Amino acid sequence: MFEAFDAVFLARLQFAFTVSFHFIFPSFSIGLASYLAVLEALWLWTGRAVYLDLFKYWLKIFALTFGMGVVSGIVMSYQFGTNWSVFSDKAGPVVGPLMAYEVLTAFFLEAGFLGVMLFGMNRVGKSLHFVATLAVAVGTFISAFWILSANSWMQTPTGHVISPSGQFVPEDWFAIIFNPSFPYRLVHTVFAAYLTTALVVGGVGAWHLLRERANEGARVMFSMAMGMITVVAPLQIFVGDQHGLNTLEHQPVKVMAMEGHFKNHDHGAPLVLFGWPDEAAGEMKYSIEIPKASSLILKHAWDAPLKGLESVDRKDWPPVPVVFWAFRVMVGLGMLMLALAVYSLVARTRKRLYDWPWLHRFAVAMGPAGFVAVIAGWVTTEVGRQPYTVYGLLRTADSASPLAAPAVGMSLLAFIVVYFIVFGSGVYYILKLMSHSPHSGEEGPARDVPVRAGGITPAPAVSGSIAGGKEA
Amino acid sequence: MPFGLDLPTIWAFIIAFAIFAYVVMDGFDLGIGILFPALPVGRERDSAMNSIAPVWDGNETWLVLGGGGLMAAFPLAYGMILSALYAPIVAMLLALIFRGVAFEFRWRDPGHRAAWDFAFSVGSIVAAFAQGITLGALLQGIAVQNRGYVGGWFDWLTPFSILVGVSLVIGYALLGATWLIMKSEGSLQERCYRLAFRLGIGVILAMAAVSAATPFLRDAYWQRWFAWPQVLFTAQVPLLVAIATVVFFWSLKRLHHYTPFLVALALFALGLAGLGISLFPYVVPPVVTIWEAAAPTSSLTFMLPGALILVPIILAYTGYSYWVFRGKTGHEGYH
Repeated sequence: MFEAFDAVFLARLQFAFTVSFHFIFPSFSIGLASYLAVLEALWLWTGRAVYLDLFKYWLKIFALTFGMGVVSGIVMSYQFGTNWSVFSDKAGPVVGPLMAYEVLTAFFLEAGFLGVMLFGMNRVGKSLHFVATLAVAVGTFISAFWILSANSWMQTPTGHVISPSGQFVPEDWFAIIFNPSFPYRLVHTVFAAYLTTALVVGGVGAWHLLRERANEGARVMFSMAMGMITVVAPLQIFVGDQHGLNTLEHQPVKVMAMEGHFKNHDHGAPLVLFGWPDEAAGEMKYSIEIPKASSLILKHAWDAPLKGLESVDRKDWPPVPVVFWAFRVMVGLGMLMLALAVYSLVARTRKRLYDWPWLHRFAVAMGPAGFVAVIAGWVTTEVGRQPYTVYGLLRTADSASPLAAPAVGMSLLAFIVVYFIVFGSGVYYILKLMSHSPHSGEEGPARDVPVRAGGITPAPAVSGSIAGGKEA
Repeated sequence: MPFGLDLPTIWAFIIAFAIFAYVVMDGFDLGIGILFPALPVGRERDSAMNSIAPVWDGNETWLVLGGGGLMAAFPLAYGMILSALYAPIVAMLLALIFRGVAFEFRWRDPGHRAAWDFAFSVGSIVAAFAQGITLGALLQGIAVQNRGYVGGWFDWLTPFSILVGVSLVIGYALLGATWLIMKSEGSLQERCYRLAFRLGIGVILAMAAVSAATPFLRDAYWQRWFAWPQVLFTAQVPLLVAIATVVFFWSLKRLHHYTPFLVALALFALGLAGLGISLFPYVVPPVVTIWEAAAPTSSLTFMLPGALILVPIILAYTGYSYWVFRGKTGHEGYH
């Protein structure tokens, strides 16, 4: 079994599978942590019970999401060594410290305060509990900061020299951390996480509005989510465009694949809307194009020349069709998000936000769109930087562990089976929680048996509003 | 100068500390998973689970620091060790997934609680066993050449590595039992006193067996432990283990709540010290030392303030989190 496969290809597949599955959870929990902090702040500020109910409603979902993010994330921190030992040896001196800082500044912060956030409201009081929620939210952002810095350095490496043994030796840490593509990638990814969360929250709110138009919790979450999308979707499209221009500057071959430009265009390149990239023939078939529009977008001039893949040695091409299609999925979903933003804005200005069933149906349909767009975006950028792990300097083929194909294949199979069982169940439980309509007196993630200490701390004065279900 | 305090040595100690923190903290919550089959379904299992629910995630983060820190400080060793021990590492990761999600899933799906309890238990046992195998295989040495692993895919599988694997399962179970003595009351606590007594005997036997076998793995280990005059220094380890053993059984007999757990931690610390004595200064025995595997100075320097400032802060707020959930995990009568 697996003898017929290339070990490096299987290792790539395994990394792609485990990291894609992993990122589904943080792309949701980064946004959700901030949303929970906002809900708790609103509750503390206004005293309206609906905010606390929504906080508890989403806290249960957050607990599940976060748990799955943690366990799938531990896998990632070991994948580099198990499957990419040569990369680890060579790039470890640069990438390793960035990830170590991620653990030290973010993971411990999130994990340390998660327990208090989930189970501690009765034990620490409102203000300290809010501090814990904020710590978790800030932790998710710091985590994004470091891991995107590490990823961006691999895409646009700066600030290092290469030693005789082939190791990347850090010289200027500021240049490494704030490498050229990092600010764009960071903002684009964090916005993507906010959009993903807003789409899920909006989808769940809309689902319950379709059933029960007067449900206060559903109204509040739907309105908040649509507001977020209205602000962030247009911003995200702008940021994405800027990120694309940055990629054109530093990784032009990736943009050629995204645009499907096989040929050089000396007098303005067309924008290929759709088509069939024939990699072997080196041409775009059956394409629908807007003449010169690509030059206009990328160079801000109709007639600006753009080079195509034919100007690059074939051994440096990324897999063109994957990049081309993944990019279109991401952009297409981005446009649909913008449509939802506009639609909801129209409804809001006419004071019909809770009344238009077609708006709600559209929002439900768009609920999972963020996840698809996020994964498509990562596929675009990660497949697009092939055949390199450290762009232009270290090839993927020269990065892998000296493993035989059957070893990688068997572990890949094990990961696939386990992930589908475990995370499939988790997604099912999350959907089950979402199917319950939000209601007043929402229970927290407390258990049948309380976590609370007996005898040592005096029982706090438990009012109905701060007590979780555990007081029942 | 084998004990000069240069950067690689400092980093070796920082990573050793992360591993120790991981082993004792995740050790007791893995231990509860290992003991799960011995606990009756219902309140005892639920309150055992609840005693670790708020802290397990932080405990497991030390494992990420151990892995990430190794990659950052000793990238060559990180690549060599993990690719050489591919199968046990992957098994550990998969096992940790099962046990990690069980914390939430068992409450979300009462209809399948038995299945998730089973996943929690088997996941904990496999993770502990795989970690022990990893340790054993590292001790017996890894075949490397030209900055890469050159051994076979089952080199890690030997009677010695299995012995260490089993020992670690027993050791974690002891940590779990003594943790529960501290955190529980009534029938669960009584059960854990009985379990801790048996597991204590098991741990002493396991430590004796591993200690007896280790010097025969390599002549270097033999020299390290028994050469004159450093035997005067190394002999302190088994001596302290003997003292700890006496204190342990005495505290169980006197039904102390905290002492058994603290003594179990001390036994683990001594075990780790023994491991350090055998290995130092090698990070991939028998050839790669910490100096050969170390990342460039610019990497080690960059991380040093982070580790020296942040680790104490982390310990402080982790301590706070434990303090918030201090005392006995409650049961009926307190709510």
